[in-house]
Formats: sequence, C-alpha cells, structure tokens
Amino acid sequence: MQWDVVIGLEIHVQLATQTKIFSGSSTTYGAEPNIQASAVDLAMPGTLPVANEQAFRYAVMFGLAVDAEICRRSVFERKNYFYPDLPKGYQTTQLAKPIVGPGHVDIELKDGTTKRVRIHHAHLEEDAGKSLHEDYHGMTGIDLNRAGTPLIEVVTEPDMRSSEEAVAFARKLHGLVTSLGICDGDMSQGSLRFDVNVSIRPKGQEELGTRTETKNLNSFRFMEQAIHQEVERQIDVLTEGGRIIQETRLYNGDTNTSRSMRTKEEANDYRYFPCPDLLPVVIDDEFIEQARRSLPELPDARKARFQSEYGLTEYDAGLLANSAQMAALFEETVRYGKDPKLAANWLLGELSARLNSEDRSLADCPVSAAQFGTLILRISDGTVSSTGAKKVFEGLWEGEGGDVDALIEAKGLKQVSDTGALEQIVDEVLADMDEQIAQYREADEKKRKKLMGGFMGPLMKASRGQGNPKMFNELLKKKLDS
Amino acid sequence: MAISREDIEKVALLARIKVDTDQVSALEKDLGNILNLVDQLQAADTSQTEPMAHPLDAVQRLRPDTVTETNQREAFQAIAPATEDGLYLVPRVIE
Amino acid sequence: MHDKTVAELSRDLAEGRITSVELTQHYLDRIEQQDGQLNSFITVNAEGALADARAADEQRKNGKATAWTGVPFAHKDIFCTEGVLTSCGSRMLANFIPPYNATVTQRFRDAGAVCVGKTNMDEFAMGSSTESSYFGATTNPWGKNRVPGGSSGGSAAAVAARLVPAATATDTGGSIRQPAALCGITGLKPTYGRVSRYGMIAFASSLDQGGTMARTAEDNAMMLNVMAGFDPRDSTSIDREVPDYTATLNEPLKGLRIGLPREYFTDQLSPDMDRVIRAAIREYEGLGATVKDISLPHANLAIAAYYVIAPAECSANLSRFDGVRYGYRCEDPKDLLDLYTRTRAEGFGDEVKRRIMVGSYALSAGYYDAYYLKAQKVRRLIQQDFIEAFKEVDVIMSPTTPSPAFVQGEKTNDPVTMYLEDIFTISTNLAGLPALSLPAGFVDGLPVGLQIIGDYFSEARLLNAAHQYQQLTDWHRLTPAS
Repeated sequence: MQWDVVIGLEIHVQLATQTKIFSGSSTTYGAEPNIQASAVDLAMPGTLPVANEQAFRYAVMFGLAVDAEICRRSVFERKNYFYPDLPKGYQTTQLAKPIVGPGHVDIELKDGTTKRVRIHHAHLEEDAGKSLHEDYHGMTGIDLNRAGTPLIEVVTEPDMRSSEEAVAFARKLHGLVTSLGICDGDMSQGSLRFDVNVSIRPKGQEELGTRTETKNLNSFRFMEQAIHQEVERQIDVLTEGGRIIQETRLYNGDTNTSRSMRTKEEANDYRYFPCPDLLPVVIDDEFIEQARRSLPELPDARKARFQSEYGLTEYDAGLLANSAQMAALFEETVRYGKDPKLAANWLLGELSARLNSEDRSLADCPVSAAQFGTLILRISDGTVSSTGAKKVFEGLWEGEGGDVDALIEAKGLKQVSDTGALEQIVDEVLADMDEQIAQYREADEKKRKKLMGGFMGPLMKASRGQGNPKMFNELLKKKLDS
Repeated sequence: MAISREDIEKVALLARIKVDTDQVSALEKDLGNILNLVDQLQAADTSQTEPMAHPLDAVQRLRPDTVTETNQREAFQAIAPATEDGLYLVPRVIE
Repeated sequence: MHDKTVAELSRDLAEGRITSVELTQHYLDRIEQQDGQLNSFITVNAEGALADARAADEQRKNGKATAWTGVPFAHKDIFCTEGVLTSCGSRMLANFIPPYNATVTQRFRDAGAVCVGKTNMDEFAMGSSTESSYFGATTNPWGKNRVPGGSSGGSAAAVAARLVPAATATDTGGSIRQPAALCGITGLKPTYGRVSRYGMIAFASSLDQGGTMARTAEDNAMMLNVMAGFDPRDSTSIDREVPDYTATLNEPLKGLRIGLPREYFTDQLSPDMDRVIRAAIREYEGLGATVKDISLPHANLAIAAYYVIAPAECSANLSRFDGVRYGYRCEDPKDLLDLYTRTRAEGFGDEVKRRIMVGSYALSAGYYDAYYLKAQKVRRLIQQDFIEAFKEVDVIMSPTTPSPAFVQGEKTNDPVTMYLEDIFTISTNLAGLPALSLPAGFVDGLPVGLQIIGDYFSEARLLNAAHQYQQLTDWHRLTPAS
C-alpha cells in the first residue's frame, strides 16, 4: 500500500531575554546549578510572578513576522502536573487566549516550489528546570536555573507531508527567530526544541491517522531521522495489522531508535485554569507598532536582496539569507573578497559541509569573514588554485595559522604565474611529446579539447602543482595552435 | 452530586495525596457533602454572564527585562531537605 | 500599660514616658504568663523583638521615628519573616524559616515596629475556628472552650487578651472579620489589591487579602497606613494613592446612607443577634445616618461559589509543597510518587487535603464548566449585586457572623457546618470589596461583631464610620477576664 505522511510540529523557542519570564533572575546558559534560581523560580511560599515586558515584545515580533494576528488580551493559565523540574507544580502557560493567533510561514523546497505551512498559534510560557540523571546515590539531581526561562511554543497545523518539508520548515523557523534576534538559535543548548507529530494514512484517504508525538528533538538531523524512523515504524505496525497508539515517544539520536514513554500514571488531566496571580495582558496598537518598527530584515526580504544585489541564484540566496548569522558572514566575506558567487560557493559548499559533518553550528566556526574574504581574493587573482584553497581552509579550520597569505606560503600552495617561467616549463614538457602534439594537430575542435587534458597532467607535475592552470592552458593553446 | 470511590482515588492521585483505603469512606461523605453544597450553583441563571477571574478589572503590568536577582543558593538550600553539589535531590526520575 | 491602644503607646514612646524595650518586655511577659492557656502564638521571638526594640529606642533618640517606631505587634504566621519560622499553621512548614520577608513584614520593619512573634491560625488559613492548626487550637479569651474564630484566630485572641496591641491577619472568606467579631476586637479586610500579597503564603490568590486587627478603628487605620500601597512584586496589587487613613477618622457621619441587605436579616438570625445589630445601627442613625433596606439577590449563592473557587485556586497554590525544595519531606521515599503522595498526606491536615481534592475535582476534565466556570459566573452576579447596591447606599451593614463564638470541637466533624460560619463575610471576598468588623455588643457574655462593607477603596470611610461609633460606645474597650 502507498502511504501519505502527515506531520505537524510544536517548537519551543527559548527567548533571548536577559531575565526570566516571571522573575528578575538571569537566563545566562551554563551557570553553576541553581545559582540563577530565585525565590520566585523556586516557588518559595508567598512568592508571586511579574511578567517580563521583553518576552511579550519578542512574542509580538514573532507574530508580526509570521503574519499572525496579535491577541490584544492574552491570559496566562496554570497547567497542573507534578514533576521535580516544575517547582510550582504547575506550568504557567497560555491556552485559550495565546498572544499569537493563526499565521503562516512559506518554505522553499529543493524542487524550487514554495509551500505554505500554517501556524495554528504561538503562546508564551515558562520553561522547566533540568533533571540530571547521573547517579547521586540512586537519586536524581534537579537544577532549576532554566526554570522560568521564557519560551514561545509555536504550533503548526499538520501541513507537512515529508521529513524534507518538516526540516525545511524547521530551518526556516530557525532562520526567522535568529534573524529577529529573539532567540540565539543554539540548538545544542536547547534554545530551539522540536516536538514532531507524525501520522500516516493510505494514499488518497481524507481522514487523518492516529498520531504519535516524538519529543525534544534538538537537531535538524535528529529530526529528519526521527521522522523517517517513526514513519517506518508506523508502516510496519499497520502493515502487520496492528494499530497506532496515540502516545509520546522519545528518540535516541545516538542509536537512531525511539521508544514509548510508558508511565504507569493516569492519563494526564492538566486542570488548566486562569492564573489568579497574573492579570490579562493587554497589548495596544502602540506596543505593536513599536515592535513592528523594530523588526529587522527578515529572511524572505533578504533573499530577494541577495538575488538582486549580488546576482545569486534563488536557491543560493535562499540558503544564505535564511540564517542571520550566515547572511552576515556572507556579506562580510563579500566585503573582503569581492566575488559574491565565489563567496556563496565557499560558504554553502566547503563550510556548510564541514559544519554538518562535525555537527557544529555557525556560532563556533573558527574561520572569520576576513579570512574567507582573503582566501576568495587569492583564488580570484590566481595566487592559489581552488584545490590549494581547500588546503588553506583546512589549515584555518584546524587552527594552523590565522594569516591566509602566510598559510599559502607555508604550505607551498602559491601558483606560479610568471609567464616566462611557465613558458619554459611548457617548452620542456612539449619537447618530449611529439606524438601527442601530432595527434592534437590532426584532431577536430571537439577532440582537441579532450586531448588538452593529456598535456595538463604532465605540466602540473612538472610545476609540482604550482603552475597556474589557466595560464598553462593559454600558453599551450598558443604553442599547439601555432 | 455524589462522588464515587473511584473519583476519590483518581483525584487523590491527581493531587498527589496518599489516601489509605480506610480513609476513603470518610472522604466520600465529606467531599460528597461539599459538592452537594456547591451544587446550589446550578440554580443560578448565568446565561448572560461572563466568568469573573479577578475581583478588579485590572490589567497586567509588565516588568522591564533587567536582572534584579542575585545568587542566594546557599540560603535557599540551607532549608532544603536534600541537596548535593548545588542540586536538589529526589528519588530517581525514570522517563 | 497593655490596655493602651497603639495610638496611645505611640504617643507615650514619642514623649519618652516609656521605652520600646520596656514595652516589648512587658508584652513578652504577658505572653509568657497567659499564652499557655490561649495558645495564640506559634512562635514568640523574644530575642529578636528585644533587639528590634533597642534599635527602635535608638531611632527615637536620633529623632528618626515614625508613629510605629518601637510599638510591639504580631504577625499572623502566614507572612514570611526572614530568619523566623513561618509555618502557616501546618506540619508542612513546621521547619520553614524563610530567607526573605513578605512585603507587609518589610513595611512594618521599615516603620520601626517590633514584631514579638507569629500568631496561630487554621492550617493554610483554611478554617473558621483556628482548630486545624498543626500547633494546636487557640482558645477564645472571652470564654473557655470557645473558639476564637479563624483563620486569624491567633491574632484575634492575642489582641483581645492584650498580649499585643495589634496584629496582622489575612482574609480569604472572612478570616479577619469573623475572628475579630468572635474575640470582640476591630478588624479590617481591605479592598483586594490594596495590600501586597508578596510573601503572604497563598490560599486562594484571587480572594486573599492581608489586613489589620486591633482594638480600635484608629489603630486599624494606623496599621493600614503601614501596609497599604503598590508593590511591584505583586502583579495584582493596585497602583493607587494611599491616603492617611487616620486623617479622616473624625469626619461627621451625617447623611451616611446605610444599606441593610434583606438576605442577611432573615428569621434565620437569632433574636439576640438581631437585637444587638439593630441597636448598633440605631447609634448610627443617631449620628445622622439614614438606613435603607437593600437586596443582594445572589447572596445565597456566595458560599457555593466560594467553595469551588477557593479550593480550585488552593489546589494549584499548594502543589509547590512537594518535599523537594523546602518544608516537610516524608521519611525514606521509595520513589518519586511515594515522595509526593506521602509528603503531602503526612504534611497536610484533613481540611487542607479535603479542599485540595475538591478543587482538583472541580477543575478536572468534564467538571470544569459545571463547577469552576459556573462559579466564576456566579461570582460576577454577586459582584453586580454590590455594584447595584452601592448606587443607592454608601455602606452596607450586617452582623459579621450568624452567632457568637461556638464551643471548640462543635463543628470540626462537619466541614459544611463550619463553612456556613462565613455566610455574611464571604461575598465581599468574591467581589473584592473592603469590609470591617467592630465590636457591637454581647450575646450570652460573648462578643458580637457588626460588619460594615464599603465600595472599592473606601477603607477610609469604613474606618471613619467605625471610629465614630467607637467614640459613642465602649464595647471595644471591654476586656475579657484574664
């Protein structure tokens, strides 16, 4: 049987505020356990929440960026459940009246088409703390530094039909929130976490199948793998005559396996009700207009600009423009290195591949825009071949040196571009190749092109790889055609 | 409205309060009486009435995003039942 | 000395007739001698009080005194006091020494007042007799084996027995006014939002309000001068000018329009109670007030609405007591569920557990609309009754309680009978209105309270009305035999 895949996402976006959503504690990542947990965060008796204005500003900016309606009167509710990383025994969140209403995001697919993914809503809520499962005499340790960090939870409609679309959406969303500056986008620190709802149905069937939710995927790769994995699992279950159970699953990226989060507990009954310690938040026109004015250039606009300003292809422009960091790196590289197409090729090719293979984010890229720019200048002016440039990049990445020119020198990658010296090499090499020369001269235009390669090899060898291939080519042509 | 033993057990679990079997009957009676009392509400005509969550029709004041709290871990953990290495300890959590 | 009011003691201190150390020691001695029988205190902080008294005497010498500098008083054990046990009458917090002050606590400290200790109360303020305290019941100084009312029964008994001239209290459904009435003192519950709730351990957040207890209206006014005002740490506190509540105590009452709710003066009220209250109202007529029958059509639904809303809010508010970060923790929990369920079963008393369970039930799936939402709608109907009434009258008067102090143990076996004790007080909490109770006479040798309810933020008028009555009567001066 043929199956349709239906995917919806819930994305937790940690907002880049200085302080928590309901207290004045710092949100800095990586602090010693519990030193950023104030009396309010610890739910000490009698303490009360006061809402952070910046969290609302960021949520409104997000709403405007996805073309959503902003709720003028949003209400916090309590979601009641017991868990050690949830100090109050309830999570303060929004349910009936979230700050951001329905909106949408357009994603570009590899085949060049664009698809609209609808946003159901986005609400503000507080993050929980962390449970550390290392063994403390058979106990679990609780760190509440993260408790109360502001999140927006973005909930999409089930509009995606493949892992490719889901990942494209996730990347687009990542680009959007980092471009807005409302989230640092560092997925390794959990700044963006994805829950994936997956169901399948026989091709052509209208009705949706039973879905499962796979929680807390913190990289695009894991997300893609987890979706593949879950789709396969569901197909297997249904093919064998079983049925899908609506459940929450945990994905393990190391083993590429998932399992059901089985709990003996009762089906959750969260007993939501409006939080009596907080009042309705009223957002007026001025607040919204102020947020609108503070919106930076967003990926779609940036993409159009990259196409017109730098003459990039739509695909390259889209990839570079999506992430604010990548876009900034690109523009700065071009300032140094001039050639935008070459810069785009390098950033999307060599650099992106390297980041992916090492599972690193752009934030800890060891090569600077100035270095990329210089390297591109040196490729353009023929100082180094593109093969040599890759070796220079390798050196920069591994921290062998910071100065591009010095690295070219040290690695002996400088191309010989002195016409006299090159001509001498050409003459020497051609002296031993009478037969090939005769062959060449008898050949037609098309065949000649092919035969050229036979001369280049020995020439490069004779120059110990340092001859400028472009110039060799020109000299050869001159000599052979004469 | 009567409340059943099953309801008592369910609600006790939701509220994370251990209820011994011999306490269920007393709770059934007490909670049943309380629910009978509140069932008077059903007599009210509220078809035209908006729910009221707060006594005053006020709106939330928003706080500037400035750090005001300092590290008080030592003071807070001095009154905690069990801590180690700055962490609060609980029986092992199995996900 | 202990028969003097706060106003009188303040003058004595200002004029150097006595020092704060002498005064504080005197009250500490009285507590030492008499509280063994009353059990109105959970904690007596002799050392801290004397240190504060010495500091207050210094301040006086340096000419930096407020009206409260050096005046002893007590806090209900629901207000967090840094470094001093704050138990909320519960085993759950029987070891809880907060590292922070409630805003109310801080304000009294800033004013230089001397807190001698923390008064007994119904556990988590849930009760009308101060019998549910983990630290044992408090006895009414007016009659052996009589309850002092509750939940602020410790504060009321201590003031009535002149163990302190004044004490703070809180009122969620009548917890200031009912014990004030039963102990023959004056107590004021301000408008919701007038006094900060920060650091005041929450029972039902949308109903709780901190307030005052003393023998005279004037002393209540002096207390409110300290307590009232906006607090940036409490989102529900109101940013509104605070008048000097003592400045208007002597305004004439001529033309004051008094409303008597038909629903409160029924044949359910005993002839004795009716007689006392009507006599008090005649005093007001003598002062130039006019009296009018009014109707509060939904008054009979107040208890029902309250016993959904208060338990619902408390069910979430008390989830933080989980044995993880502070307070009671059961011995040797075998797993997480055991830690939670046993800590909470052992740490909470029966009434608290009942209310948490009723609240959880009312919020649970399938019952939310029928209970919680319905109760919130009825709450609005009750508020509208008052809004209508205050179009015609300035204040509403009624008995504070249906009867004088009852015998200890009489109502502990039947929660619902105990709930009916608050029949006249509860609707003002639902509406958020201010109300006070003042001594208006005796029935069977036990004090009877007159309740005066005012429109929002009319505390000054209520205190004025009570003060004028107290210029003509001496019910508030009568003291129980010790």
